Amino acid sequence: MIKIKDLKKYFYEGNIETKVLKGIDLHIEKGEFIAIMGRSGAGKSTFLYQVSLLDNPTSGEIIIDGVDTHNFTEEQKIDFRLNELGYVFQDYALLPDLTAIENVALPLLMQGKTKEFAYKKATEALIKMGLEKRINALPSNLSGGEQQRVSVSRAIVHEPKILFADEPTANLDNESSRRVMGIFQELHKQGQTIVMVTHEEEYGKMAQRIVRLDDGQINKIENIS
Amino acid sequence: MFIQDLKIGWYLATRQLRRTSPWTTILIIFVMVLTFLNLTVISGILVGLIEGSVQQNKDKYTGDIIISNLDQKSYIENSPYVVSVVKNNSNIKYSSVRYIAGGSVEANYKTKTSDKDKIESAGAFVTGVNPDDEQNVTGIYSSLVEGSFLTEGDYDQIVIGSDLLKKYTVTESPGFEAINAEVGSRVRLKIGDVSREVVVKGILKSKVNEIGRRIFLPENQLRSILSRDDYGVNEIAIKIKDGVTAEEVRDSLVASGIRDFAKVQTFEEALPKFLDQIKTTFAILGNIISLIGLVVASITVFIVIFINAITRKKFIGILKAIGIRGRAIEWSYIFQSFFYAIVGSIIGLVVLYGIAQPFVAANPINFPFSDGIIVAPINETFLKVLLLIFATILAGYIPARMIVRKNTLDSVLGR
Repeated sequence: MIKIKDLKKYFYEGNIETKVLKGIDLHIEKGEFIAIMGRSGAGKSTFLYQVSLLDNPTSGEIIIDGVDTHNFTEEQKIDFRLNELGYVFQDYALLPDLTAIENVALPLLMQGKTKEFAYKKATEALIKMGLEKRINALPSNLSGGEQQRVSVSRAIVHEPKILFADEPTANLDNESSRRVMGIFQELHKQGQTIVMVTHEEEYGKMAQRIVRLDDGQINKIENIS
Repeated sequence: MFIQDLKIGWYLATRQLRRTSPWTTILIIFVMVLTFLNLTVISGILVGLIEGSVQQNKDKYTGDIIISNLDQKSYIENSPYVVSVVKNNSNIKYSSVRYIAGGSVEANYKTKTSDKDKIESAGAFVTGVNPDDEQNVTGIYSSLVEGSFLTEGDYDQIVIGSDLLKKYTVTESPGFEAINAEVGSRVRLKIGDVSREVVVKGILKSKVNEIGRRIFLPENQLRSILSRDDYGVNEIAIKIKDGVTAEEVRDSLVASGIRDFAKVQTFEEALPKFLDQIKTTFAILGNIISLIGLVVASITVFIVIFINAITRKKFIGILKAIGIRGRAIEWSYIFQSFFYAIVGSIIGLVVLYGIAQPFVAANPINFPFSDGIIVAPINETFLKVLLLIFATILAGYIPARMIVRKNTLDSVLGR
């Protein structure tokens, strides 16, 4: 599903070069649930941003479902993200002017689906997340856990090939975190490919494999039984 | 793809407008209304200042058409024929025949104690009219500020323009002549070698120069002073019937062959040259002010939208991250700008045509040489609305584009 070859990301500030990713090779299979872990500054989030096409790597190849993304224009990346990828951010990243259902329906509307279809699918997704009573609430009226569940709904409503999650439980209490992780496990069981960055060992072990990064390189890959 | 971007832009814009702070919306619309008024009212007053003067010139002096003597003649030759042509024209409602002579009026000739004392004197156009005809064409009674107007049988009585009286003039320049007189005062009227003592029956006040510096008396009186029995008139002011234009009536009069004896001009053609030049100058000035207003409005909207887009940079980044194309996001800002411009313009139109214009028409702005009104022709106003909308959309689009073009991740992370 995802082939990553010699992925490097360097940042420059004046003449100072900071090597955040120093050449990562990784294969992620279809339907796999991967947790990216490591201490702060190891390059976990930077790795996720490159693989999910939110950022441009300094060098290396990212091939997703057989498509080489190296030469994508910005417009092509946006379209690819719309149709093939889903995102869950640490701070939920909901749009404050849109209600829960409007946030979730937005990717479907952008794909050209009818409003009726998009709202029906969004409602179903929200009900699955236990948010049937919060469908018309604005993000400002939702708790952190509820917002993250809306965010997950939005990330999966258009049935993406890969779901990326950047520290999805970082801002949540234990109960909400467990609930969100439960949703992830459920999605994985249904065949969803998931790439998740986390610094919490407990949640990392819910994945199939843990890829441990250290100083911009893969330090260890653990298979979870 | 284009239609899809439009749809999403509309979807985002309507929700953002609906859920943004009402005070922000009110403030932006308020700015747009002020901008619209700046575009229309300021230039409208500048043009209206002159238009008021033009209107008064027409209403109080020329009528719709004025016939006057040829430049090289001192009166209209063959006047009885010209007058009969006017009287027989079916499109003419009223006409007023005027006899005019250069003269002066003196005041303190009785109280002067020494030959060295200067006599108060003011040069004037002495105008003989039929009072009823003049009233029909120019409504001259309404210009009276003191006393009453003439009647046909008045003898040795005059109505004097206020510009000839010190009481009504503020000018103290050395060459300016005015006398001290009131209603009931006896003054001496001098025309050529003839002088006659007359009583001031009324005082006319008008911002039309030709009225303010004239002395009126019944036409038979003036003719008797002048010993003029040839009925050689100097001016014929004409009021036309509804449904015809001044140009049409002028052409029909010219076709009657009176051009050999007199000048036939519509009120616009008879405007003093300086008024025409000021009119052009003020129109240019109004356009310059409008242009500055438009630029200021564009900058204001740019700043408002830019701040809005900057504070929403993160959300613009999120939109791009989840697959919303930049064009759709730009459309959402264009729709919002359009909304502000259109609502501002509609409120502005209501204020302009529903409040400001009727109010100023009923209470004209008192300028020294005219009663200023607001001139805002519908076609010009709509052109300004289109300009305002265009400028606002551009001012909304540019900052949105600037933010949309930023790196997606930088926007998401608020960098």
